[in-house]
Amino acid sequence: MTAAIEINAVEKRFGNVGIIHDLNLSIAQGERHAIIGPNGAGKSTTFNLVSGHIAPTSGEIRLNGNVISGLRPFEINRHGLSRSFQVTNVFARMTVWENIRCAVLWATGHHYAFWKNVDNLPVVRRRTAEILEDIHLTHRRDVPAGLLTYAEQRELEIGITIAGGASVIMLDEPTAGMSRAETERAVALIRRLTEGRTLVIVEHDMGVVFGLADRISVLVYGRIIASGTPEEIRSDPKVREAYLGEEAY
Amino acid sequence: MIDAATSVPKVVVTARAQRLRFYGVWVIAAVALIVLPFIFSSGGSLTSFSLIGISIIFALSYNILLGQTGLLSFGHAVHYGFGGFLAIHVMNAVTAHEWSIPLPFIPLFGGIGGLLLALVIGWVMTKRAGTVFAMISLGIGELVASSSLILRSVFGGESGITTDRTALPHMLGWSFGPQIQIYYLIAFWLMISAIAMYALTRTPLGRICNAVRDNPERVEFIGYDPHVVRYIAYGFAGFFAGIAGGLSAINFEIANSAYLGAAQSGIVLFATFIGGTAYFFGPILGAILVTYLQLGLTDVTTVWQLYFGIIFIGIVMFAPGGIAGLLMMHRPLVRSGTLGMVIPSYLVALVPTLALACGVILAIESVARYAQGEGSGSNIDLLGVPFNAASPLTWFAAAILIIGGFFVARISWRRIAQAWDRAATVARDRGYLA
Repeated sequence: MTAAIEINAVEKRFGNVGIIHDLNLSIAQGERHAIIGPNGAGKSTTFNLVSGHIAPTSGEIRLNGNVISGLRPFEINRHGLSRSFQVTNVFARMTVWENIRCAVLWATGHHYAFWKNVDNLPVVRRRTAEILEDIHLTHRRDVPAGLLTYAEQRELEIGITIAGGASVIMLDEPTAGMSRAETERAVALIRRLTEGRTLVIVEHDMGVVFGLADRISVLVYGRIIASGTPEEIRSDPKVREAYLGEEAY
Repeated sequence: MIDAATSVPKVVVTARAQRLRFYGVWVIAAVALIVLPFIFSSGGSLTSFSLIGISIIFALSYNILLGQTGLLSFGHAVHYGFGGFLAIHVMNAVTAHEWSIPLPFIPLFGGIGGLLLALVIGWVMTKRAGTVFAMISLGIGELVASSSLILRSVFGGESGITTDRTALPHMLGWSFGPQIQIYYLIAFWLMISAIAMYALTRTPLGRICNAVRDNPERVEFIGYDPHVVRYIAYGFAGFFAGIAGGLSAINFEIANSAYLGAAQSGIVLFATFIGGTAYFFGPILGAILVTYLQLGLTDVTTVWQLYFGIIFIGIVMFAPGGIAGLLMMHRPLVRSGTLGMVIPSYLVALVPTLALACGVILAIESVARYAQGEGSGSNIDLLGVPFNAASPLTWFAAAILIIGGFFVARISWRRIAQAWDRAATVARDRGYLA
C-alpha cells in the first residue's frame, strides 16, 4: 500500500542557513503520527514544506503516491491534504457557519461558481451542520469567528481543517495554550474526527503525544533522529539524551 | 438551552419571514423608483435622480472589490470610462450602419467594455492584494487616463466623443430624448444591476471573496487560489462599473477623459467608504449622499471639496463602518428594546454638535471669502442668517461657536458613550449582543 506521506531526502535552506537536512519520513495510511522535537528543530518548517506553504530546496515529497513538492498549497489541498495552524488562522469577520461552509465548498465541487445560491446547496448545508455539531459549535453558528473564545477558535480551526474531507490531516500544536480540561476535550475531538484518516501532529504536550500517536518521529536540528512506536521512542537512548532529558522522565 | 426538536420549526418560520422581508425590500425599491418622478417632477430633480442612479451602480461595483474582496482600488474609474467610451462608439456605429440595436441594450456594451479591460489588466493586478494592488491600480489609472488624451481617434482627446441617443432605433415608442425616459432607463438598469450584485454576494464565489478578504493565506489551504478569486471578482467589478459608464454616456451623450480620471476614481471610493463597505446597502447610501452633496454644495459654496474632505476624515476616524455601520450598530438595541436609553443623549448632543458645525462652516466660508479677495463678495448666508466675512464680529462668532461648541459637545459625546454602555449591557443580558 502506498504511504500517505513519503518524504525523500528533503532539504530546505534559507540563503546559507540550512533548516532541514536530508529529511526522510514515511507515514502509512491511517496512521496517527506525531512529530516532536525541541524548539527550532524544524517541526513547523516540515509542516510548511509538506503543505506547500514553502517549497523544498531539494528532495521529493509524495502524497498518496503523487509528487506534491513544489505545488501550491491549494493544489496540495485538492490532492487530499489539509492542515491547521499553530496561530489561530480563521476568517475573523465571517460567522462560524460561514467559516466551515467556505471550507466545505471546494470539496463538494462548487469551486468558483457564481451562478448558484450558496444557501441552496443541500449537501453543503448538511455537511456544514454535521461539522459544527462535531466541533460542538452549533450554538455559536451566527457569531463572527473573531469574537469566539480562544478554545472555541482552536476548535473552529480544527473544524475548518477537516471540513474538506481530506484523507491526510496535519495539526500544528492543536492544544497550545489550552487548559488541562480544554486539552482533554480537544484530544477526544481530534481522535474522533480523524478516525479512518491519516493524522500528522506537531505537539509539545507529551501527554497528548504519547496518548494519541501510533508512531512518533523525533526531529532535532532538521534531522529525524528516531522514528517508532511510543514505547520505542520512550526507551531510545538517543532520544532521551537529545530531547526528553532528565526532567521529562 | 433550547433543545433541537423545538428549535426546528422556529428556524423555518424565521427563514420564511426573512425571505418575505427580503423580497419586500426589492419590491419597495422598485416601486419607489417608479413613483419617484411623480413626486418630484421638476427637470432638475430628474437629472439628479439619474446621476444618483448611475453612481449607485458604480459604488456597488466598487464595493465588490473593497467590501467583499478587500481590494482597495485607486483606479476603478478606468472601467467606468471604458464602458462609457465603448457605449458611445457602439451608439455611433449603430446609427451609422443602421443596426437594429435599441438604446436600452447599450449599457450592456458598456459592461462588456469594462469587463474586457478588467480581464486584460486584472490578472497582473490581482496577483497580490493590499498595498501592491492599491499601487498598481493607481498606476494603471494614471496610465489609462493619460493615454486617453494621446489616442485621439479612440478617446477624442480633450473634447471627448459625442453621440445622439435619439438617433438609435426607438423601443416601445420611446425616443429616449426626454430626461424622464432616460431616468426610467437608468432605474431599470439600476434594479437589474443591484439585484445581480446582491445575488453575487450569495454565491459560493461571493462567500469565498469574503474569505479572501479576511484571510487570503488560509483560503489557499481550503482548496482555493486567492489570485483566481480576486481576478473573477475584479472582472465582475469591471463589468458593473462599465454598465454605469455606459449609462453615463447615454445620459450626457458624451464620453471624455474625465470619465477615466483620478477624480472619478476618488469620488467612488469616497462614496463607498462613507456609505459603509460592510453592508450591501452601504454604498447605496453613500452614493446617494455624495452625489446629492456634490450637486447641492457646488451651488452654495466654492470650497465644497473641503467639506467632502472633512466628512471623509470624520467618517474614517469616528465611524469606520460608514453610515451603514452606524445604523446597523443600533440593531441589537432596537431588538432588545433599549434604543430609548440612547436617544435622549443623542438629542442633547445635537445642540452643541450643530453649534460646532456652524462655527466650522462660518470659519471656512469667512477664510475662503477673505482669501479669494473682493471679487467673490463678503456676504455669507448661513442658514438664512447673513454674515459679513470682513467683519471681526463674524470671526469672533465663529471662534466662540467652535471653541464653546467643542467643549460642550465633548461632554455630550461622553454622555452618549455612557448611555451606550448601559444600553449595550442590557442588550447583552437579553442575549441580543455577543
